[in-house]
Amino acid sequence: MIRSEILKDIAPILRDKLVVCNIGIPSQELHAIDDQPTNFYMLGTMGLASSIGLGLALAQPKPVIVIDGDGSVLTNLGTLPTIGNNAPSNYILMIIDNGSYGSTGDQPTYTGMKTDLAGMARAAGCDNVVEVQDVDTGEALQKAIEDGVATVMVVKCDSGNAKMPVISMDPVVIRDRFMKAVAG
Amino acid sequence: MNIDKKIADDLVANDIRFVTTVPCKQLAGVIEEVDQRDDIFHIPSNKEDEGMGLCAGAWMGGKRPAIIMQNTAIGVTINTLATLIQYYRMPLPMIISYRGELREPVACQVEMAVHTKALLAQLNIPTYHFHWQRDVEEFDNILKYTFMCNKPVAILTDANFWGGYGDQ
Ligand SMILES: Cc1ncc(C[n+]2csc(CCOP(=O)(O)OP(=O)(O)O)c2C)c(N)n1
Ligand SMILES: [Mg+2]
Repeated sequence: MIRSEILKDIAPILRDKLVVCNIGIPSQELHAIDDQPTNFYMLGTMGLASSIGLGLALAQPKPVIVIDGDGSVLTNLGTLPTIGNNAPSNYILMIIDNGSYGSTGDQPTYTGMKTDLAGMARAAGCDNVVEVQDVDTGEALQKAIEDGVATVMVVKCDSGNAKMPVISMDPVVIRDRFMKAVAG
Repeated sequence: MNIDKKIADDLVANDIRFVTTVPCKQLAGVIEEVDQRDDIFHIPSNKEDEGMGLCAGAWMGGKRPAIIMQNTAIGVTINTLATLIQYYRMPLPMIISYRGELREPVACQVEMAVHTKALLAQLNIPTYHFHWQRDVEEFDNILKYTFMCNKPVAILTDANFWGGYGDQ
């Protein structure tokens, strides 16, 4: 499965949850599949989805699901110790590990080679790290929500992108409707 | 006057409850003060752009944030300031130690000091420079201004403000 197929699969689970979504095609896909005011789309700033989601989870009690990417976690590796030492029970980091920089043309990342993100997350102090195959994502995500403990999911899937339109919504509109959904 | 305490008091008075930090020698006292306050959640970050991500999330979650960092971090955070904090129009007070200014003992610090104000000006970031201890009296107004206009705002605090390096 590729990322967009996983997002289609889990869209019903994501629908009423606070979601922070990774830059580029991941956000375009989620936006096209099921746009919700509870989705915060990153339009730039590669790497910070996990950090934005952590700040959000620490500031309020609703569950927060971060849809991140292997390349983005690799570029902000300092996030893993911060998560490992601070993540509250309402925080789920779901790393779509397609072994590539999908948005920029599927150039390989090191997670498709020798680097093991789940092992890195554990070594950084994340207590609850699960490795998941693409087809099992929905089940694992549902379980993480029900367990109510901070979770890092590393979802192994194929590299590839669906052709979706760019997000034309103004960033302040995205942010404002998201904040209203958070407070609502 | 204890400026560490005054800064923390003003943060609390302005309802700032979420503070992230990356240390600088000049900031050691204020970081310790922030860490000890029960009414502030202090979360150290590993890099300043990461810290700005945390602040963005905290603000969207209903908590007013602030970041405490060194001016060298302006070089680390330009993309984050432009494409996250400014693009989504978010408030962010940045309490910045202004290394490489008068009374600086480490020559390398001057290399980013000479770019600091130019970079902040290029980004249209409102910038205040605390050189004398009494300048801290403006801090409360700067915080109010930041959350009035939803912008990142820089407060540069130099070695003279912090009382120099003791024996130098
Ligand atoms: C600082 C910076 N460098 C490079 C880019 C270009 N870029 C945008 S998305 C992306 C790939 C992200 O890969 P990943 O997080 O694995 O997500 P995927 O698309 O594979 O799901 C890159 C390299 C950028 N936006 N910012
Ligand atoms: Mg990827």
